[in-house]
Amino acid sequence: MATQTLNRATLGTSTSPAVRQPRRKMSAGKIAAVVVAAVIAVLWLVPFAWATVTAFKSETDAASPKISWIPPSGFTADAFVKVFQDGNIPLWTWNSLYTSASITAVTLVISALVAYALSRIDFKGKKVLMTVIIASIIVPPPVLIIPLFYQMLALHMIDTSWAIILPQVIHPAMVFVLKKFFDQIPRELEEAAVMDGASRMRIFLQVVLPLSRPILAAVAIFVFIGAWNNFLWPFIATNDASLLTLPVGLQTIKSAYGIQYAQNMASALLAALPLIVVFLFFQRQIIKGVATTGLAGT
Amino acid sequence: MSSSLTARRSPGSRVSSPAARGSRSSVTRNNLSGWGFATPFLVFFLVFLVWPVVYGIYMSLTGKSLTGANDSVIGFANYAEAFADADMWRSLGNTLYFTVISTVPLVLVALVMAALLNVGLPAQWLWRLSYFAPYLLASTVVSLFFTWMYNPQLGLINDALSKIGIPKVAWLNDPNVAMWAIVIATLWWTVGFNFLLYLAAMQNIPAQHYEAASLDGAGAWRQLFSITLPQLGPTTVMIVLLQVLASLKIFDQVYQMTAGGPGGATRPVVQYIFETGFTGYRLGYSAAISYIFFGLIVFVSVMQFVITRRRSA
Repeated sequence: MATQTLNRATLGTSTSPAVRQPRRKMSAGKIAAVVVAAVIAVLWLVPFAWATVTAFKSETDAASPKISWIPPSGFTADAFVKVFQDGNIPLWTWNSLYTSASITAVTLVISALVAYALSRIDFKGKKVLMTVIIASIIVPPPVLIIPLFYQMLALHMIDTSWAIILPQVIHPAMVFVLKKFFDQIPRELEEAAVMDGASRMRIFLQVVLPLSRPILAAVAIFVFIGAWNNFLWPFIATNDASLLTLPVGLQTIKSAYGIQYAQNMASALLAALPLIVVFLFFQRQIIKGVATTGLAGT
Repeated sequence: MSSSLTARRSPGSRVSSPAARGSRSSVTRNNLSGWGFATPFLVFFLVFLVWPVVYGIYMSLTGKSLTGANDSVIGFANYAEAFADADMWRSLGNTLYFTVISTVPLVLVALVMAALLNVGLPAQWLWRLSYFAPYLLASTVVSLFFTWMYNPQLGLINDALSKIGIPKVAWLNDPNVAMWAIVIATLWWTVGFNFLLYLAAMQNIPAQHYEAASLDGAGAWRQLFSITLPQLGPTTVMIVLLQVLASLKIFDQVYQMTAGGPGGATRPVVQYIFETGFTGYRLGYSAAISYIFFGLIVFVSVMQFVITRRRSA
């Protein structure tokens, strides 16, 4: 059962439902695999667990050199209360949410439009455009920080949300992913609409886009996670405390709280929570999305 | 009627398009709608990618600074200075060192994780969740987690080591250990991505291969080594390529965990670019280092392209 589930969960290229391996008995090999997988899983969960335990300690217990998984003076939510009173985490979460959502929306719209043209319309200069877009995948974002910062200064966008959002909407690799998907949609499906005299835009909106939901979701997930977690550019683009995104805001707490270990961990967990919760609900779509878009490059 | 209904023409055959769809007006219409659909993307692309790339080259040839002191073109002086700058070379060396020692575990551990699951373990979602979840975290969260666990006196890791008789390690404060500490944190953080790519590739191996092997009495482990691994060659090449390019861009977790220290032992080239520009205010010089770094990325990409082509040829 498990193997089948995974098949559907990944690329949707589920082969025959035939049984891959004998299922009933756990062979010695399989038991060994479970043990190794479990050891790795425990190692991978320890940082979460330790952060959680620390966050629910009093600062005194957290800073005690005697390591304890169960704190001597009991668990407490003080750290979370203090972090919330401080008020920064909700603000940073909101900033991250609306910038990431804007980036994702704009990226989807402009990328799908150009990808459709590259896939379906024979226009002059198309090959050149395609080559330039593919070539631009190679440009590493860190190379752009200096000229982009200077440009944003000139445009008076530094310390605005625009500075965070606008430069992040260009994803040449995602254009390529979308184009490849559009290429696979049978052209016959568009024929009827053409016969009715529908415009390009109507065909795109009413025929092509509805058929492309899975790939649009995959691209959206990939872009959103990237934007949500991006550090370098938002860090440079704004110093305004009211505009900080979660990753950038968190960077400031170390100095603000000094050695408040429980509060540091509470903040980190609160920052991690939104995407982890989303992942728990949409695990299948996210895994599929990452697997589909991942190889196209980051 | 519309060229979109016919098979796609081979490149360059535009001129000799058959009469059925070759009327001048339909060609014009296609040109208009093609560029029309491309325009929104192109605007952003030109303003926020092409222009900065081009303008950055110009900046690298000037003495531009954030204080506005010297805007004049000074030719290749910045590049000459960079090539003689020991700090630049050291940061470039740190980046390359990190890339080498991080790529190997990030690919191998991902492969092991995917292979384990592919054997057909129960509760697949549980394993996927635990291996992949860290990838969803922001670098700052990862850095907070690991800085806390690496704490020399109060940290979980030194406590565990002391229980098995290993002396305390100054993880982030020892120049010989700090880079490895960052590699471990990075492995925990991003291996889930490579793991998913491997898992997807394994799921794409036709089931018939396994059925045939099963009939021959090959067990799960046998199938792993005789079927799964040999089929993963191309995927591995892609994952290594993506990982090398990602590792070369290392900045976040170093900046957050060690700030490049101790004594510059972990400072990567991206941090050097950042500090030259924003702490030293020397935008022109910083741009020049950016383009030296860009050159390295292009070089690595071309190398890997050549190697993969030779292999598949």
